[in-house]
Formats: sequence, C-alpha cells, structure tokens
Amino acid sequence: MRPRFAVLAALALTALRAAPVRANEPAPAPAAAARPKAPEAQVQANSPPFSDGIFPCSGCHDPKAKVDLTHRRLQFHDEQQDVLKHGEERWCLDCHDAQNRDVLRSASGLAIPFTESYRLCGQCHGDKLRDWKVGVHGKRVGRWDGTKTYFLCVNCHNPHTPAWKGVSDVVVDGKRIVSPTLQLIKPEPRPKRPEEMRQ
Amino acid sequence: MSATSSLPVLPPTPDEIEDAGRRAFLRTAVAGGALAGLSGCAGFSMDEFLRKHFKELGPDELKKVLAKVEKTNKETWGKDTRVSATGPREGVEFGYGLDISRCIGCRRCVYACVKENNQSRQAPQIHWITVLEMEKDHGVDLAHAEVYYDPATVPQPGKFYFPVQCQQCRNPPCVKACPTQATWKEKDGIVVVDYDWCIGCRCCMSACPYGARHFNFATPTLPAEELNPDQHYLGNRPRPKGVVEKCTFCIQRAREGRYTACVEVCPVGARKFGNLLDPESEIRKVMETKRVFVFKEDLATHPQFYYFYAT
Repeated sequence: MRPRFAVLAALALTALRAAPVRANEPAPAPAAAARPKAPEAQVQANSPPFSDGIFPCSGCHDPKAKVDLTHRRLQFHDEQQDVLKHGEERWCLDCHDAQNRDVLRSASGLAIPFTESYRLCGQCHGDKLRDWKVGVHGKRVGRWDGTKTYFLCVNCHNPHTPAWKGVSDVVVDGKRIVSPTLQLIKPEPRPKRPEEMRQ
Repeated sequence: MSATSSLPVLPPTPDEIEDAGRRAFLRTAVAGGALAGLSGCAGFSMDEFLRKHFKELGPDELKKVLAKVEKTNKETWGKDTRVSATGPREGVEFGYGLDISRCIGCRRCVYACVKENNQSRQAPQIHWITVLEMEKDHGVDLAHAEVYYDPATVPQPGKFYFPVQCQQCRNPPCVKACPTQATWKEKDGIVVVDYDWCIGCRCCMSACPYGARHFNFATPTLPAEELNPDQHYLGNRPRPKGVVEKCTFCIQRAREGRYTACVEVCPVGARKFGNLLDPESEIRKVMETKRVFVFKEDLATHPQFYYFYAT
C-alpha cells in the first residue's frame, strides 16, 4: 500500500504542477520575455487547523478495532454531524478511512492524507479540481509572475457543509490563511452618499 | 488699438511700435511676477512649474521629481516613503478577470484598495471600486443596480454583485478627453494619471462610461498612520486637492510582480490578475475556458478588464 500511495501522490503532485503540453505551439516571443526571473513556484497553503485536541484521530480510534460500517448517527462528533450537509446520504466513512482515521480514503480505496484532501474532493467535483489547478477556481496570493500560494478546497469550504458561507483569517505556523465559517459574512460599510460627504 | 493695426498690408506706425513694445514688456513683467510668486508658494517651486511632461523626463530629472515627492511626503506625514516610477515590463500586458458568479458583494476589495492606494477617507470619500448589487432576474442592468446596499449579511437571495473599477480600456475615452495629456495609457495597459499635470477640469470623468474616475473636491483626508509608504509616482502617491484619480491595477504592486490588493483580499477568489501574453497565466485560462464578457461592449472601449462566469 505504502509505495503505491507514494507513487500516486507523486503523480498527483506532478499533474498539479505540470503545465499543459503544447509542443506544436511555440510560445510567442513576448511571452518568453515575460517569464519571471525568480523561479516560479506554487506553494500550498496550510489547511485550516483541526478542532482542538481532535487530531491525531488514532488517539481515540484504535486502528485494529472492529468498525461498524452501518450508516448511522454517532453518539459523538456532534460538531461535525450537526452541520453535515454535503449532498444526500453522505456520512463519515464515505471520506474518512475506517481503519486508519488519520487519513482520508478515496472511493477507490486509496489513503489520502488530510493535507491533500483536494484529491478526495476532486473525485466528484472534477470540473472544480480542473479549474482550481490552473487558478481559475479558488484563490491565490503572492506574485502573478512568480511564487504564489494557492489555497486548498478546505480553506474556503467546510468539507462537512461545503456550500460557501464565509471565511475568516487565521494564522497557522506564522502564516496567514483563511478558514471557512459557518455563517454568511457581513459586508463592509456602504459608500457615503454625496450629501453625507458635504457635512 | 487703432483700426489700421488689423490690416497686415500697412506697416505699423511709430506709435504702434512703441505700444507693442510696452505691451511685450508688461507681459514679461507680469509672467515673471507670477512665477516669482509661485516659487514662494509652499510645496510649489519654479522647477515644478517649468518641468517637462512625465514621458519626456530624463533619468536625472525623474530622480529629482521622485525625491521631491518623498520630501513632500516626509513634510506632510512625517513618514519615510519609497516613491518609485517603475516602468512597464517588456512582454507584459495586464488583464483582469472578475468572476461574477462568485462575488458576494462583501466590499472587502473596496476597503483594501482604499488602504493600499492612499485614497481620501472621509470628505471626500473616494472609492476606486464601486460594487453594484443587481437582480438575478434582470441580469447585468444598470437600471436595476444599487450602490448603497447595506444588508446584515451577503449575498442576499435573488441578488448578484457587480464590482466596477477602471476597465483600463485599450481605446480610453478619458485619455482622448484630457486637454493636458495628464492621463495616458502605458505599454502594459495601465491608464495612469500624473497628478502634477492634471488641472482638475474633469473632462475625463465625463468621458468615462464606467464612473471609474474620482475627483478630490477637497484636500484628501488621509491619516498619517494609515499612509502606505510603498508608492508609485503614477499610482498611489498622495494626491493634492483638485486632481482626478482612478484604479491603476495597483501599479506599485503589479509592476513589481505582485497581485493587486483587491485580488489578495477577495474572500471568494473571484478576482484574477495576470499577464495576457503569458498562456499559462490564470487570466488566460479564464479567457480560454469560461464565458467572458466586457462591460458596455457596445461603446468599443475594449477594456482590459473582463467579467466572467465560472459556473
């Protein structure tokens, strides 16, 4: 399982970074001149922090314990179950690995670390994943001509209730990232009317 | 003046020659006096009054002009500032994309822009970005647009939001309207204003079909502690009273390779910015894969600012 996973992860990362191949279409000269001096790099943003004390999951979930796979309401994890609104009939073990709770699990049975959850999301939301990889969906900060940080699905969408509501700023490892909120956000003040500016 | 002086076939009489000499003398004296007066005014020197157009400045002259702005900043705000005049980069043409299927109308961009670009805060309150609330039933229709929307939360059901700022037209009506060439389009597509050259006639404002230009009707109000010290001569340096200003794609950031302030603050990632000549840039991907349109296309302003629907 492990080497296979490593290869797949590498492949996924390569796919993310690789530019679409256009061998028969040479880049125009001006574009070549526009290439940045600094090495272009895409940096993955940190995921939003887990709820306090919840990770590693294996702290409570024994990987060797027998797991009841019945779709049901659990006695704990209310925080997640109360807000769960992700399509219909979705429940924990559709995405979380039943044995090793410290990772996620794709529909095809691959273990996916929490830091690469976009691979899991992309199983169903392939169009969004495609747009996100080229920077059309989602958000990037930094330089348009060089190193940029791209935000992950989970920076803006709570995977348990993914419809977009709002984001708030959080700092993880000294880096400012965003984390999804459960409420809609308040707009900034409206502009002043001309008569209000005159006083 | 005698009636004969308008007839070029007759030589001037000795009286007229003397008169003309007196008039020429008076003209020189008055102009000289005015200049002498100007050089005495605070913050306005003879050098400045007689300086060349920005595009004609040599490197040394430009350095002097920038140093002067830094000096004025220091005197006015007591802060050290860095004023650059970085020029357009070869092979770069800026393009901006705004995803109106994502924008929620939170106005974070409006205030990030104000902060970054040293706009006047109160009276006059100047916002380079105007977010319009429109009705989904009507689509992009200025007859059903609200600037002053103020609900508790956004987005409101049945509404969508349409931010408008300078569209950096390839065929800019404002540039044509300016009588002093105080505004022009740069090679990378940014339409800039030289605030030292602007006479405040506001012809450009009436020419702009997007309401993207704003006038400093009074001395701008900008608290010293909020002054952004990273400035560009054609961008966010503090403006005096009586000049027009507008969005410059954060020229002080864009020309250094950085995303604009509105792109970085947008919580929904609706704003895309990059080089239209780079096939790998986000803006090019938008153009190639999404439904893209420009605002008021019928006016043939050919904006470098594109609206699109990602869904």
